[in-house]
Amino acid sequence: MAHIQINNLHKQFGDVKVIRDVNLTIDDNEFVVFVGPSGCGKSTLLRLISGLEDLSSGHIKIDGERIDHLPPSKRGIAMVFQSYALYPHMSVYQNMSYALRVAKESKASIDKKVKQAAEVLQLTELLDRKPKALSGGQRQRVAIGRAIVRDPKLFLFDEPLSNLDAKLRVQMRIELTKLHKKLNATMIYVTHDQVEAMTMADKIVVIRDGIIEQVGAPLELYNHPANQFVAGFIGSPSMNFIDVKVIGKSDASLELELKNKTNIHIPCAEVDLHAIGDKMQIGIRPEKLILDEACDAMQDGEVFAVERLGNETYIYMHTATNNEIVLHAAGDKPVTEGDHISVGFKVADCHLFASNGEVVK
Amino acid sequence: MQTKKKANFNTWLMQIFLGCNAVIMLYPIFMMAISGFKTNSEIFGKPFSLPSSLNFDNFLVIWNTTDVPRYLLNSTIVTGLSVVLLLTMGTMAAYALARYKFRGNIMIYLFFLSGLMLPLRLAIIPLFIQLKYLGLIDSLLGLICIYTAMSLPATVFILTGFLKTLPSELEDSARMDGASEARIMVQIMLPLISPALVIAGIYTAVPIWNDFFFPLIFIQSPEWKTLAQGLTSFFGEYSINYGVLYAGLTLAALPVVTIFIIQSNRFIAGMTAGAIK
Repeated sequence: MAHIQINNLHKQFGDVKVIRDVNLTIDDNEFVVFVGPSGCGKSTLLRLISGLEDLSSGHIKIDGERIDHLPPSKRGIAMVFQSYALYPHMSVYQNMSYALRVAKESKASIDKKVKQAAEVLQLTELLDRKPKALSGGQRQRVAIGRAIVRDPKLFLFDEPLSNLDAKLRVQMRIELTKLHKKLNATMIYVTHDQVEAMTMADKIVVIRDGIIEQVGAPLELYNHPANQFVAGFIGSPSMNFIDVKVIGKSDASLELELKNKTNIHIPCAEVDLHAIGDKMQIGIRPEKLILDEACDAMQDGEVFAVERLGNETYIYMHTATNNEIVLHAAGDKPVTEGDHISVGFKVADCHLFASNGEVVK
Repeated sequence: MQTKKKANFNTWLMQIFLGCNAVIMLYPIFMMAISGFKTNSEIFGKPFSLPSSLNFDNFLVIWNTTDVPRYLLNSTIVTGLSVVLLLTMGTMAAYALARYKFRGNIMIYLFFLSGLMLPLRLAIIPLFIQLKYLGLIDSLLGLICIYTAMSLPATVFILTGFLKTLPSELEDSARMDGASEARIMVQIMLPLISPALVIAGIYTAVPIWNDFFFPLIFIQSPEWKTLAQGLTSFFGEYSINYGVLYAGLTLAALPVVTIFIIQSNRFIAGMTAGAIK
């Protein structure tokens, strides 16, 4: 259990600023997921917390005590790596007990802790095996076991499931969530997998170019993204964006014109910030687009791809005004490539973003 | 089906080729070994036949009446200590070069590599003067110093290559576990490059064991002679008795061959490391 506080954290490699003024609070027992595109700095942030990288400025506190000057092993943190990083020449038992042996704990205490962890992770039968004789999922469990035996205040996971096949990934995802509940531990998890982030997190931290874009519960981020980047990044397939232009204003709404000359009125709290002629974008989730039904606004276009997943179908279309749109439909929707279709949406389901990407509604 | 047959045929062809190659390579060694058991008249009378009986007389002559045991001991000391020193220093140098980023890293690596290109024999005169000043002429320690310096570039080259391939996450993981840098090197990284250590060991040990040139220049006293050097004096002395000569040569080759056979699995593992995932 640990309360983590990160203040004004900066990290640069030479002239390249990788982490820029990160401020973040993580509560006791929280499962926090860092997401962001490749190279956004999420793994670097994790390594800064772990102590494997030195920070350029700022500080990190665990339970009120600064830990950023301590070596990794003194921070009370354990880390699970993407490649598991098991020592290939040591048995599962030796792998799990290595940190305790380095810390010169008594043999009896080591044995007890390793066996307890092995039981929690169903590894008891495998303790004498070498990592090469284990399957991917078992290796992953050993890596987690190695973290558990140290009884850390904080667990760090660096894309731990990305080397597993799809089925095993789902299984391990559920096991990790169970483990979090069982251990009552604070965990930070780095991933670029949307589903992992949405399903496992108590709190998601979206990072872009070393800056935190938004912090919040998964559904909060999904339903109320702070900007166009978060809106586009959270959700799969990602949100559709359609260009619009402000053509009129009233007390609490903006009148917008789509490229196909349809006009819509969108409620807006700060109408004065926007001028007539401003270019904006509206965002609509694929599942909020409605096929062949009269709505507040319609878009016509030609289907160029259909992805059938059995229980659902994703239809990709080019609109007449040259936007690319994806919509979610039932699994048996009779649509094929080349079809001309018409999709509509309700104004209430729209997000509105200013030209700088900030959310307007 | 046709492809399978063709593949089978190709495999057979390859096996035959490799078999012939092995025979060509091994036959002289085999001839040397069996001739050690023959008398002079047998060697000249039936040079390609097996010995009529398992006769250890030649080996007994070598062991009891010549200085070969002494040479064998000297060669073992020189080769053994040189290889131990080489692997210890080479590993430390290679580890620093492969695993740490620091200013001048590449320069130092290139400096080591330049040693691969310059034959030490060219520097024999300054080397002789230097060793003379150090009082290391006619001493095994002098030879050990030369061999260690001579083979260090190759050792650093081999080990750096292997150490670079190890994933850095292993180091990070050990650091998280609280291991010191020295401990990470000794307990985590070195066991993983043991095939490379075997390669470096054998690759450097064989030329040191067989070397004739440096002992010829630096060793004068009969009691410090090494095997290769000792056997030459033996040539003139026993040129008439080829049986004894072959027995001596067999004894000289035996330690290296034995070490190679014992370590061959690791040697091959090292040679093919990285070939498949």
